[in-house]
Amino acid sequence: MAKKRIEELEIVNYEYLNKEYFTLELKSNRKLPDIHPGQFVELRINGHHHVFLRRPFSFHDINTGKNTFTLLIQIVGQGTSDLSRIRAGDTLNTIYPLGNSFTIPENGNYLLVGGGCGVAPLLLLARKLLQFNNTVHFLIGTKTKNDLIEIDLYKQLGNVNITTEDGSEGEKGFVIHHPVLWDESIEFDGIYTCGPEDMMKAISKYALKRGINCEVSLENMMACGIGACLCCVTETIKGNVCVCTEGPVFNSGDLKWQI
Amino acid sequence: MANLEVTIGKTKLKNPVLTASGTFGYGEEFEDFLNIDELGGIIVKATTASHREGNKPPRMAETASGMLNSVGLQNKGVDYFIGHIYPRIQKYKTCLFVNVAGSTVDEYVEVAEKLNDLTNLAGIELNISCPNVKKGGMSFGTHPETTRQVVKSVRKVYSKTLVVKLSPNVTGITEFALIAQDEGADSISLINTLLGMAIDIKSKKPVLSTITGGLSGPAVKPVALRMVWQCSKVVEIPVIGIGGIMNATDAIEFMLAGASAIQVGTANFIDPCVSVKICQDLEKYLNLNNISSISDLVGTLDDSS
Repeated sequence: MAKKRIEELEIVNYEYLNKEYFTLELKSNRKLPDIHPGQFVELRINGHHHVFLRRPFSFHDINTGKNTFTLLIQIVGQGTSDLSRIRAGDTLNTIYPLGNSFTIPENGNYLLVGGGCGVAPLLLLARKLLQFNNTVHFLIGTKTKNDLIEIDLYKQLGNVNITTEDGSEGEKGFVIHHPVLWDESIEFDGIYTCGPEDMMKAISKYALKRGINCEVSLENMMACGIGACLCCVTETIKGNVCVCTEGPVFNSGDLKWQI
Repeated sequence: MANLEVTIGKTKLKNPVLTASGTFGYGEEFEDFLNIDELGGIIVKATTASHREGNKPPRMAETASGMLNSVGLQNKGVDYFIGHIYPRIQKYKTCLFVNVAGSTVDEYVEVAEKLNDLTNLAGIELNISCPNVKKGGMSFGTHPETTRQVVKSVRKVYSKTLVVKLSPNVTGITEFALIAQDEGADSISLINTLLGMAIDIKSKKPVLSTITGGLSGPAVKPVALRMVWQCSKVVEIPVIGIGGIMNATDAIEFMLAGASAIQVGTANFIDPCVSVKICQDLEKYLNLNNISSISDLVGTLDDSS
């Protein structure tokens, strides 16, 4: 993995996708290091005294030509709310690239399951999978159709299947109910998933029953982000490990989930 | 060129900046960001006699100007440290200390005895004040008799620099400072974290799995400063100040209050380079103010009324 850096990155673009989600495009003055899908950044947000720690965000997309990368951010509290008020030309103190990454095999057929802001790392993952001659299917679940974002972008990369809890778009219910999972004519070589823990557990259980490999991306609360403080641990078959260094990507079979 | 050297017990530090245990891993985690050899010292995380898994998550809660943690002394035990970690980190040209924790006096003694044989270890910091573990830890450092027992027993088996890290969760900190000095500590470091709590109103539950945890960061600095000031007045051994130090100005405040050296802890999470920046800024401060030696600052607070 590339050496970690701490840098003031320039905000070259930002876009509000709806009331809750926005993207931020950040540029470095140095050539970007190798960045892999699944990895993340830790942003410093100066604003309120009760936003003390950095905030972690997955890499959403990369543009090597422009030497930029993009983050997808959901406004969930004061920190992300402060972040949504920045302007182009501002800089953000960033530690990156952090964490491990999704495994990228070749010549396979893969399902990418995202719930809510869990879709964030899946765009970059899909692009990388396609580079290695794989085909990708998306399965995206949200509460309602207004929460669906960037669907056209995903449609350019593969089939997109949608569930909404209220049935306002796609299939009604949770992702685990979508017919694509239960269609005997479709076979996946593996599944990648990111989103609410209950969703990832359900998908992992499904993958286990079918003997398919499943990788999940966890989102534990972090302090240092670099494996020093041991605050973000998750229980695995090897004991408690840091999500920020041994993760955030884990093989679902390694986690001590009762599924 | 100003002299930043400080002597703590049998150890000469090249400058007064150390990194606090539990905030700097084993040093290696920070290699991408700074040159560890520039630091006065590093104190690696709490080491116990046997492997500990630590507490269940959630282990942290952000607070205003700080954070709570209840990590619970997760570590692979002293034998693993000696066999697998020490061989890698002894190469650093900075003074290496190990924070030692335990649930019983015997456990502290066992760890200290084993660490005594490590040639490139400058000293140990006795963690009598960890507020997260239910058995031992906090209970040692908040009772005079158990504090006395632990320091005395460890002193018998550990010949190098012995620093005792005091708990602030007591009514009179100076009593504990004096006990540590009486029983042969070379130095005291304070403060460890303050016992605190955070609540989630959506779930109506405490944020931490252990309900309470240790508060650190700028939020605790005024309490830490006050305690360093109080203890420096009563002991003769050097005092190491810890508590919300984010920059060289904070470090200087602690030194004026009586600290001969300081530890940088939670600040490392916000800026991984901060510890080295503080070393560099302290040097600049001395040069700018024509102060020839950092020790000239120590305890020079004008607290006459």
